[in-house]
Order: sequence, then C-alpha cells, then structure tokens
Amino acid sequence: MSALSDQLVAFAILAYLIAMISHAVEFALGNARKVPAAAPARELVGAGVGGAGGTIDEPAVAATPPHPDRTGARAVLAGRIAAWLTVLAAAVHLGAVVTRGLAADRMPWGNMYEFVLTGTWIGVAAWLVVLWKQPWLRRLGLFLTLVMVLLLAFAELKLYVPIEPLMPALQSWWFIIHVSTIIFASGIFLLGVVPAAAYLMRSGWEQGRRSFPYTLARRLPEAAGLERLTFMLHAFSFPIFTFAVIAGAIWAEAAWGRPWAWDPKETWAFISWVVYAGYLHARATPSVKRNVATWIAVVGFLTVMMNLFGVNFFFTGLHSYAGV
Amino acid sequence: MTTVDDRPSTPPAQTPRRRVNPVLALLRNSWRQLTSMRTALILLFLLAIAAIPGSVLPQRGVNPERVNQWFVDHPDLAPRLNQIGAFEVFGSVWFSAIYLLLFTSLIGCILPRARDHVRALRMRPPAAPRRFDRLPQHAVLETPAAADPEAIAAVLRRRRWRVTVRGNEVSAEKGYLKETGNLLFHVSLVAVLLGVALGSWYGWHGNRILVAGEDNAFCNTRQQYAEASLGPRVDSSDLPPFCLTLEKFEADYLPSGLASRYWATVTVDEPGGAERTAGFSVNSPLRLGSANVYLLGNGYAPLLKYTDKYGRSQTSEAPFLRTGDSNATEEGVAIFPDANVDPKTGARAPDQQIAFDGLYLPTAPESAPYVSSQYPAERNPAVNLTAYRGNLGLDAGIPGSVYALDRRQIDDGKLKEIGTKLLRPGEKWTLDDGSTLEFVGTKPYITISVREAPGQTLLLVASGTLLLGLMGSLFARRRRVWFRVSPPEGGSPTSGSSLVEAGGLPRTEHPGFADEFAQLVAAVSGDAPDARRAREGDD
Ligand code: HEM
Repeated sequence: MSALSDQLVAFAILAYLIAMISHAVEFALGNARKVPAAAPARELVGAGVGGAGGTIDEPAVAATPPHPDRTGARAVLAGRIAAWLTVLAAAVHLGAVVTRGLAADRMPWGNMYEFVLTGTWIGVAAWLVVLWKQPWLRRLGLFLTLVMVLLLAFAELKLYVPIEPLMPALQSWWFIIHVSTIIFASGIFLLGVVPAAAYLMRSGWEQGRRSFPYTLARRLPEAAGLERLTFMLHAFSFPIFTFAVIAGAIWAEAAWGRPWAWDPKETWAFISWVVYAGYLHARATPSVKRNVATWIAVVGFLTVMMNLFGVNFFFTGLHSYAGV
Repeated sequence: MTTVDDRPSTPPAQTPRRRVNPVLALLRNSWRQLTSMRTALILLFLLAIAAIPGSVLPQRGVNPERVNQWFVDHPDLAPRLNQIGAFEVFGSVWFSAIYLLLFTSLIGCILPRARDHVRALRMRPPAAPRRFDRLPQHAVLETPAAADPEAIAAVLRRRRWRVTVRGNEVSAEKGYLKETGNLLFHVSLVAVLLGVALGSWYGWHGNRILVAGEDNAFCNTRQQYAEASLGPRVDSSDLPPFCLTLEKFEADYLPSGLASRYWATVTVDEPGGAERTAGFSVNSPLRLGSANVYLLGNGYAPLLKYTDKYGRSQTSEAPFLRTGDSNATEEGVAIFPDANVDPKTGARAPDQQIAFDGLYLPTAPESAPYVSSQYPAERNPAVNLTAYRGNLGLDAGIPGSVYALDRRQIDDGKLKEIGTKLLRPGEKWTLDDGSTLEFVGTKPYITISVREAPGQTLLLVASGTLLLGLMGSLFARRRRVWFRVSPPEGGSPTSGSSLVEAGGLPRTEHPGFADEFAQLVAAVSGDAPDARRAREGDD
C-alpha cells in the first residue's frame, strides 16, 4: 500500500506536468494571435456560473465578439485538456493521500512529507471548485500546476520518509483537528497566492508595463477579477487558519502544559497570522492601494512557507516535525 | 472602513474659536494618528518583524540550555544581544512597546466605532434617496403584487431585513452583523491580551523529576522544584498544597522503538480529601483543583548500592537523564560524599569520597562497546560506570549539577579515576580498596511540569468569540434597499396599477447583491415562491 502511494505520487506529478504543458500551449497559442483573452472561457461559462458570485467580470468578457480563429480554437482545446488533466492528476493525487493514510493506519498528516502531500491536494481541489464556478480564470492553471509540480517534486526528493506511526504527543483529537485545519488553510493560502501573483503581473500589464514578468500577464484574466478572487480565498481561509492556531494552542496546553510558548513554529504561525490580518486591514483601507495589499498577501504566503519548510530545517523546537 | 458616511457629521464651527492649546492639539493629533488604520497597519507589521528574532535566536523561555550554548559559541555577540533582550524577545521592552501601542490604537479604534454602531442599531434605516436610478441597483416594478408600503415591508421583514416605512417609502437595511462581528473580534483581541496578562501575573509553574516510590514523593512547595517561576503577583506561600507519589509508570513501544503509549499512575494527597490514585499521560494531564500536572518525559533511575570499606552501605536513586537518542540511552552520576567515614572517629576523609558516572542502557548490546542502548524498554538493562575517588569538590561553594561531576576536580587531580565496568542487575563490582558497588535495579521516573494558569479560561472564551466575530466581520454584508410606491395618476395607492420603484445599495463589497436584489424585487412583484406563499397565507 505504501509503495502504491509512492507510485501514485509519481503519476500525479507527471499528470500535473502534462497539464502544465497543456496550459502552456494554451498560453502560447493565445499569444500567437490577438485572440480575445476570454474567448475560450466564455464557452465554459455554461458549466456553472453563479453561486459564490463574481460574475460581474463577465460582461467585459462577453462583450468581445466570438472569434472564428483556428488558433483560438486550438488554444481553447489545449486549455480544456489542461483542465481535465488537472482533474485527473487531482484524482491520482487523492489516491496517493488515501493509500498513504491506509498504509499508515492513521490520518496521513504525521510528517512534513505527508503534510505537503495533503496540503497541495487541498489547494488543487479548491482550485477545481474555483474553476468550476468561474471558468474564465482557467489560464491561472498554468501557475497552479507549476506550483504543484514544484512542491510535489520537492516533497518527493527532499522530504520523503517511510511510514511511521505517531508518537504519543501526536495521538490526540486536537492534533487531528489542528493539523487538518492547518493543512486546509495552507492549501487555500497556496491557491490564493496564484491569483495574487497573477494580479500583480496583470495590473502592471493593464497599467502599460511591457517588461518581462508583466508580459506574461497579457493573456491572464482581467486584474479586478483576480484581485477579488485573491481576497475571497484569503477571507475564506483566514478564519480557518485562526481556528487551526487556536486548536493548536488547546492541544499544546494538554500536551506540553502551555497553550503558547513562542516555540519557532508558534512564532511563525503568529507572524503569518499578523501578516494576513495586515492584508485584510490593508484591503479594507481605501487609502492603501490594492497592489500593496496584494503584496502583503504574497508576503503572508512566504511566511507560511517559512513555517512549513524553513522552521523545520533551520530551527529545532517542540514540534516533532522539526528536522523532517 | 468603507462605511464612514454613517457618522453624524458635526456642524461646522461658526464662531472663531479661542486659540487651541498647542499641547492639547498635539495630543489630539497624536491620538488621531495612533488610532488611524494606517498606524495600526504599520504596528501590525512591526509586530510581525519583531517576532522574527524570537524564532531565529534561542529564547530563555523556550530553551535556556541553548541560550547558554549560544553564549559559549558567540562570546562577543551574545552579551550585546542579551542587553537588548534578544534572548527574551517576547518579554522585551521593544516588543512590549509595539503591542501595547497596537492595543492602545485598537482600543482607540473600538470605542468610537462601538458608539457609532450602537447609534446605528438604534436608528431607523435612512430615508430613501430622491433618485433611485443613480443607485447600483435599480428596478421599476410593473405588476407589483404588494403595492402598498406595508405589504412591501412585510415581505422584507420576512426576509429578516430591518425595515421602516415613511409614508409611501420603505427603507430597509441588513447586515449589521458585520460591524457587530468586527467589534466583537477586536474586543476579543483585547480580552486575549488580558488573559495572557492574567496568566503571567497570577500564574506559576515548576518542573521537576519524580522518581517512583514513597520515599521520593513530592509536595508542592517551591523548594521542591528544580526550576520554577512564579508570576509577580504570586508568593511561594500561595502554591496550593498537595503531594504526589509516582506509583507506576508504563510505557509501550513499537518494535521500531517508537513510543506508542505512556501512562503514569500517581497517588494524590490533597488537603481535605482522602488519598486517591490517578493516572495521566501526554495529552491528558492530571487536573488537580487549581494546578495541572503535565507529563513531559520519563526515564530510569538506576539503584546503585555502594558499600564502603568500613562495610556501611548507601543507595543512590539518582535519575539518569536521556542523552537524546531514540533508544533511551541515559547518562548520570551516583555520588557518595559521605562514604568512607571512619565509624570509630566519625572523621570524614575528604579525599575518600566516591562517585560513579556513566551510562544506563535499558537494552545493552551483547558485546562492547556499551555506549548506546538498542531499545527504549528494559530488555537487557546494564550500567556502564566509571568510578572516581577523591574530593568531589562539593564544599567549594560552587553550585554543581546533580547530574554530572565537577570536571575541574578531575582535571586538578583531586578526583581520580579508578576504573570502568559494565554491571547488569544484581552484579557487584569490587573496587581496589575492597568497597563494592552493586547495581540493584532501576526505578522509573517521570519529568513533570506543574502549572497554574488563571487566564486560560478567559483565553479560551476570548478565542471563541474572536472566531465568531471574525466570521461575522468577514462574511456578513451590509446593504440597503428602498422601495417607493407612487400612486397611479389620480388614483389611490391601493387601487389598480400603482408604480413601485426599487433601489439597492451594497455598502460593502458584495458580488451576490445583484442576485439578491433581483430576488427581492421578484418577491415584491409576486414572482417569487415565497411571496406567493405569503399571499396565500394572508388570504
Ligand atoms: C491587534 C491587532 C489587530 C488585528 C490582529 C486585527 C485584525 C483584523 C481583522 C482580521 C479584520 C477583518 C478584516 C475584514 O473585516 O475585512 C479587521 C478589521 C478591521 N480592523 Fe482590525 N485588527 C487589529 C487592530 C486594529 C486596530 C488597531 C484598528 C484601528 C485603527 C483596527 C480597525 C479595524 C477596522 C476598522 C476593521 C474593519 C475593516 C472593514 O470595514 O472591513 N484593527 N481587523
């Protein structure tokens, strides 16, 4: 079962990679001619609009006349293939998570490897939900699959550990609650940084910048929509993250006798929390530019990554993931 | 802060005022600055940045040994960093200054907002603007089912809007929860800080090792802790009296050596109650009246019986400490400062003191080297000890560790090594002077932390309300709608086809507002199922 899980991870990486290439093809074809950015997206709109809102951007998109261009049609095809490949990859990925959990006979969140494996899956699952609700965002998939390939490959190469049971300090309901919610929130933050970065590039492009990273944004969805998605994802995961931190404190009280003691993991969770609170504040303050606010969200994600990887590699603390 | 238009605007001062006191003006300006959202943002970031050194440098509160090690490794830098509190970041002046300013700013922010919010809650939804077509949402109802303001108000009320009717106009507002939640969230933050403060003022904790057995029972006084810290408002005499005896300690290990379960059984003796037996473990502390006892670690204390050359025996039960490997290799000392006292004269021979140091291996390997245990449970226990005789240096007045010998005495030649031997339980080692050391067996010990944290309940409750408030703040949405019923030309409002106009204004970002508005208009027009149901109900 454990070996099966490992193989599934390899297949998932492969599938994300192909999805990424397919997204890249969509990008390249889209760039070849002046195809309206939204032409492909519109066709998928029927798949499920409404719900969590944000159809406001549609008019701008729908206003462009349908494009008869063959290249455009191919770009659409490539994009759709990419989306379906992502679905496939996510399914295989889920299989890897589940078999890992079955093999270990516990929740698959016992070490960093499993943490990354599960967290990235949450990110991709949330992405598929977003994509289903708002198909015009599909081109973001290029960045998302890139992040998936990088993180999973890193997990496989650097973090992999054989299955081990949990040590007594981790055998607690609060552990399951704490870790699952942290993973969940991290997964959404991970997804949130994709539109955040895309927004930063796209808004630069819309302001007329034509140098390197901004040129990538030419085919991206419109900036205001990306910004709104960024906010929605962060507003969604911030309370979950808050809850996870509280659950962690409750667990730490039972296990170590104190809810909070500024162990490096706790310190960085605090830093992330404060930075994301800063993001929400900045966004709610009209005098702060949206660019600045979005940068804060990106910084927030860096602190999450720091907590996940940096703290485990550089510092030692009570958290038993430390030292992988 | 997208909703500032609510605040009652102060009428402009008409008479030229007296010259403002410059100090007051400065104070007022500073206060305004401090309570501005921008300052709050900056302080938040300062707080995040200030926390970073707390994770990079070792902290006294987390790991004092590593701080000492840092001093050894960086003899130049460490004292200077120490001066600015870098090893106690979270108690340092600068860190405290940031969060105190932040919380002052926070309170300065909450108070006026709370006042405004209470006012808003008591006010009726505002009158309709003159022109609805300038609002983000606007509709004209052609065949309104509910064409009279009261009927429209009823539809709105059923959908839990706060409604007021002024003549032919209906004003409604919804989503006060956003501001309520926001205030609750920020107030909870203050409560969390208060909980932390209470805990550090009135809380205390102590750590110690508890070896099994009645003779090693421990009673809760400050002297009984190896390390203790009492909050500034706690006196040694405030510690609740109770005594603990470790009866039994069970540890289960998996074949790989990983621990799967710990369980400590203790006898608790509290005043006013009979002695009772209680068990606790990692993740399920022993909760006494006010203090909690946490299991932090465990190990074995070898029983080492030394019989000196005059034939008198003493037994050491000193716990050996884990070296940190996963198979519970332990190291420690057994010291016998009163050994070899001549029974006839009673004279101590300071150069005849005896000590042993070395390793305890719960599962010793079959053959040398005996340097590390192979499994954490006691499958093949052995001690591997070195004997020393001479002056232990205990009288020199320098506080020594109870877990290691004073190396200076050995380096100075005052304490001489006389041999090393591996002993299994029951084995006896005869030293060169005829005295013997017997390894009798072991007793388990546990490392416990005893704590009282009075702010903890407040912390828990405040965390709960914080979360609730946060969700209200993030997910509730304030919006207003208005309906105006215009009578048909010449007719009365209730007869025939009066004209109903509707307008909607989302007061916070609300992507779904257009849909909601459309549904509301439909309900009022009579298309929506619930409007129909309402009509049926009214009949
Ligand atoms: C301890 C530090 C603080 C933290 C962690 C914090 C956190 C938060 C969070 C998470 C939100 C939710 C954002 C939203 O509703 O969109 C929020 C909103 C808000 N905070 Fe704070 N806050 C802090 C201090 C302050 C201070 C000092 C002020 C006053 C200057 C303030 C004023 C506000 C306001 C006005 C909002 C509402 C924004 C809106 O209307 O959407 N906060 N805060």
